[in-house]
Amino acid sequence: MIYRSPFPRNLFAELDRLQRDMQQALGIAPAIRGSSWGGFPAMNMGHTADSIMIFLFVPGVAPEDIDAQAEKGVLIVSGERRPSQPDEPERHTLHIDERYAGHFRRVITLPDDVDDESVQASYQNGVLTVTLRRKQRINTRKIPIQ
Amino acid sequence: MPEINPVGDAFPISGDDTPTVDPMSPAVDVYEDDNGISLWADMPGVPKDQVAVHIQDNALTIAGTMSLGAPDAMQPIHAEITSPRYQRVFTLSRDLDADKVQASFDAGVLHLRIPKMMQERPKRIEVRVN
Repeated sequence: MIYRSPFPRNLFAELDRLQRDMQQALGIAPAIRGSSWGGFPAMNMGHTADSIMIFLFVPGVAPEDIDAQAEKGVLIVSGERRPSQPDEPERHTLHIDERYAGHFRRVITLPDDVDDESVQASYQNGVLTVTLRRKQRINTRKIPIQ
Repeated sequence: MPEINPVGDAFPISGDDTPTVDPMSPAVDVYEDDNGISLWADMPGVPKDQVAVHIQDNALTIAGTMSLGAPDAMQPIHAEITSPRYQRVFTLSRDLDADKVQASFDAGVLHLRIPKMMQERPKRIEVRVN
């Protein structure tokens, strides 16, 4: 027997359900802390010949509320984002609630060739940019083939 | 096929013919009170002068283009933010006063205040139970 909902189907709710069903069907057990994708803060990482740059997207978090530490090849960024909730919540209706609020902590494994001591961080427009120098490559020795 | 630049100027591609990447939909919070609607939208990486808010008919569009200040030679290692642009459209209801929208932008967060039309304040409806 097929149960028919008296309400018309919503495409987005269906997609959400489909995604959960797929995970079940494929036997994927999600990590208990969720996936690191889509978490807060989002991160991009890139490199140049002599540096590694990490961009952490922390909109609405003041720089003094962010704690960043780099040691033993790991960068830990933590802090708190305060909710946007207005002063008198009982007089407001919340229609859309998508922005993350609360404590956050993200542990990022740094590439092997960076120098922890060279870490520099700057903050602009809600993005924390962490720059680390890469250790000077030991000059690769060219082996002549005889 | 042209190479798609995943994160705007953070990981730029060479040449000027940058292919258009679909904009991301910024996360928003929307609250309503008796006098109007407050909207907060996360648009990190966007400088203040690159934020755009426009209203046409009853469609409110918020948009922004990121500028992360990464060197040209940067190569991506990992990217969760894959578009340099944000854009999202909302439909405004008739009771909102589109001419009196106030906007501010701080630390990558856009805040909009959309007041209600003065004459459109809710009238109290008497409910009588016989």
